[in-house]
Amino acid sequence: MNHIETEQCLAQMASELKALIQQRGMQSPLMIGIHTGGVWVAEKLYEKLQLSDPLGSLDISFYRDDFTRIGLHPEVKPSNLPITVEDRHIILVDDVLHTGRTIRAALNEIFDYGRPASISLAVLVERDGRELPIEANVVGQHVELSANQHIKLEGPERLQLVVQEDE
Amino acid sequence: MKILIKGGRIIDPANKLDAQHDLFIDKGLIAAIGQAPDGFSADQVIDASGQIVIPGLIDLQARLREPGQEHKGTIESETRAAASGGITTLCCPPDTIPIIDTPAVAKLILERAKQTNRVHVLPIGALTTGLKGEHLSEMHTLHEAGCIAFSNSDAPISNTLVLRRAMEYAASHGLTLFMHANDKWLAQGGVAHEGPVGLRLGLAGIPESAETVEVARILALVEQTGARVHFGQLSTGRAVEMLQRARQRGLPVSADVAVHQLHLTEMDLLDYNSYCHVLPPLRSQRDRDALRSGLKDGTIIAICSDHQPHDVDAKQAPFADTEAGISAVETLLPLTLRLVDDGLLELSEAIAKLSHGPAKILGLNAGHLGLDGRADVCIFDPDTHWSLQEDNMQSQGKNSPFLAWDFKGQVTHTLRAGRLSYQKPESGR
Amino acid sequence: MKRHNIQLNEAGELHHFLDVEGLKRELLVNILDAAESFTSVKAQQVKKVPLLRGKAIVNLFFEPSTRTRNTFELAAKRLSADTLNVNISTSATSKGETLLDMLNNLEAMHCDMFVVRHAQSGAAHFIAQHVAPHISVINAGDGSHAHPTQAMLDMFTIRRHKGAFADLKVAIVGDILHSRVARSQIHALTTLGVTEVRVIGPKTLIPDDTASLGVHIYHDIWEGLRDVDVVIMLRLQKERMSGALLPSEHEYFKLYGLSPEKLAIAKPDAIVMHPGPINRGVEISSEVADGPQSVILEQVSNGIAVRMAVMSILMGQTFGKEKGASE
Repeated sequence: MNHIETEQCLAQMASELKALIQQRGMQSPLMIGIHTGGVWVAEKLYEKLQLSDPLGSLDISFYRDDFTRIGLHPEVKPSNLPITVEDRHIILVDDVLHTGRTIRAALNEIFDYGRPASISLAVLVERDGRELPIEANVVGQHVELSANQHIKLEGPERLQLVVQEDE
Repeated sequence: MKILIKGGRIIDPANKLDAQHDLFIDKGLIAAIGQAPDGFSADQVIDASGQIVIPGLIDLQARLREPGQEHKGTIESETRAAASGGITTLCCPPDTIPIIDTPAVAKLILERAKQTNRVHVLPIGALTTGLKGEHLSEMHTLHEAGCIAFSNSDAPISNTLVLRRAMEYAASHGLTLFMHANDKWLAQGGVAHEGPVGLRLGLAGIPESAETVEVARILALVEQTGARVHFGQLSTGRAVEMLQRARQRGLPVSADVAVHQLHLTEMDLLDYNSYCHVLPPLRSQRDRDALRSGLKDGTIIAICSDHQPHDVDAKQAPFADTEAGISAVETLLPLTLRLVDDGLLELSEAIAKLSHGPAKILGLNAGHLGLDGRADVCIFDPDTHWSLQEDNMQSQGKNSPFLAWDFKGQVTHTLRAGRLSYQKPESGR
Repeated sequence: MKRHNIQLNEAGELHHFLDVEGLKRELLVNILDAAESFTSVKAQQVKKVPLLRGKAIVNLFFEPSTRTRNTFELAAKRLSADTLNVNISTSATSKGETLLDMLNNLEAMHCDMFVVRHAQSGAAHFIAQHVAPHISVINAGDGSHAHPTQAMLDMFTIRRHKGAFADLKVAIVGDILHSRVARSQIHALTTLGVTEVRVIGPKTLIPDDTASLGVHIYHDIWEGLRDVDVVIMLRLQKERMSGALLPSEHEYFKLYGLSPEKLAIAKPDAIVMHPGPINRGVEISSEVADGPQSVILEQVSNGIAVRMAVMSILMGQTFGKEKGASE
């Protein structure tokens, strides 16, 4: 198995995000991580950017489009958005951007909490296989994988990416 | 019509007979056992080799549903079912619609039974008019019209004075009373035995005391009035004990048990199986065991079917909304034979509970195969394995908790007064 | 012969929720955990999630109950399901149209779930036995038998306050004999492994057989409440008081009504629960009902999250469905 360190990626993402915040003139952006890997990535970025408002987390289980096929995820966690999203600039963070369906669900869920001013997307890894017109604003690294390969984040202390293959 | 039943094992508990013999029937009577009477030439020969030949069964309690509830069953359909179960005589309780409290209703039933001509049907007359527990019925007149005994069926006689008078009046004319011991107030609203299972299922309970309190009340009055009382379908061990003591003291009391009470318990309610909704309710394992030992020691001298056929809708509802009762005439014999397999009774003891025992209660010269007795005969194959299914049930009511049970022993022929009232279709012997 | 539990599908997943009895601890904990996550939904501006979008849930109430029906309806709506309320007075079904006719009728409308309340014990079982296999049934109270979602919301409330179940002593006070809530609570508490469940009341309301449910019976509340962590008061139906079960409201309150003095016997941090609606001054004094140890209103709001959890778990059972890959 092939472990990929992420420290350098995270540093680069933080600086790109800083630039994005300045460029777009975001006043005190609100960072939200998507359970579970996205929250780990968000925690690292949050620390590096030293944002003022508390970090939020989303569990998108209730918004998945495959509920009728796979049922309720047994370890569903409550979403935790400590302050209102109304009129706020949101930085949504996830570990892997693949089909885009998770981000679609997260966007829907955020809008059920209120109407944000803007949402930007930061992901640690972007891979091929998009099924929806969704792209990230900040990307840690691009990876090309074949259909039988998966990339997974291990954490939460030391974040490492692992590429796995189906038999 | 002369019939020869050839080569069967004849079991006749009343005459202490258990041996392989030929049985000769002539003019509806038992003409001989063993040696053919002089000049006997059989019009029909039934080959009974490998089979058991017993007196036709006498069922002390079977509802035929006619008149009044023909959507559940008719005298035609239910006597056909009874005959297929080896029954040649049955008592039907008075709670028909209209109630058997006038000679006209009794005669109607007897007439219809005569037309169908399969089973001797003996109506039981209402003890009080309309079963209301207030006025005594014309017991003597009803008796003359053919009522074999008197009962208030499941309806209560709350007023103890009325009960006393009814018993005194019956005693004056030597009439037998069939009592169903159930205290109306203690049983009120109940649908299941009051115990751990009923409590768990949230089903309103009928306590043991609903039976024992009523048995005590009736026994006290038997002592005072001298009435001859038969308790139908006892369900509790304590009531059996009370009865045993009363019999030891010489009181003219007897009892039967419904065959399902010997096999099922409250545990069978756990799926809310409405086929197990019966009154009195299925009780504890301990009660079931006590009923079995009461049967063994002779306190209980008869087993009845307590046959209650129902239409489909009557059982298709939440438990308490369903009607009580089992369609049971076809399982009376096989369930009784199971008691033999279980080691509780000898075969001849078991047969006695279905023939000689009930005949004694009714004071009938029946339930035996003695010479010149009426040729009511049941022949069954003790080795046939079969399973009760809705489509092999003869009764109009298919409501049986014994569906899909496997049984050993099946009736092949039933003769009532020397005439075949049932023959198993495929046997063709 | 082991009986098949009608509540579970062949994969052992919950397909109907009829009764707490017979369910494994793990299944109950799943419900509580899922409910925990649904509590965040009420913080949303749009208080609903799209989980059951396009599903049709029928509230089939044969016994009037606005409160319970409302919480089920709200739970269904927060899951974006379509709901239909059918109120049937029992008299209308007693003759003529049978219960089965009515079920067939509703099934023809392509419903996915029935939430059933009925005055007869076993009614929800009966319905579950007769519905089409894709339909799930939730028992919202059947006779004196079971009220499993109420019991689970009570467990949820207890867990939120007490954390683990293992060391708890719980007292249930009142009419156990006729209470479907109490039966389900007892099964839930014993399955979740509390130290002791006590039931408190006179013999007319607590038959001796109750001990077979795994509880200790107390006829004296002053003994029964000693050192308990949770006090659950049951509602006393008015019709029980007019009958011969109890002499009067007054005497009942004197003997078994929860007053501050009696509550002082319990642990100082004991919580007080009641399934509602409360008869103030009959089973509980206003001081206690509105006091700091009371969690009665919290029970009501927890009820929605727990019912959302149960509905999603039943609708999300995966047996027989294609196990799709998830991102």
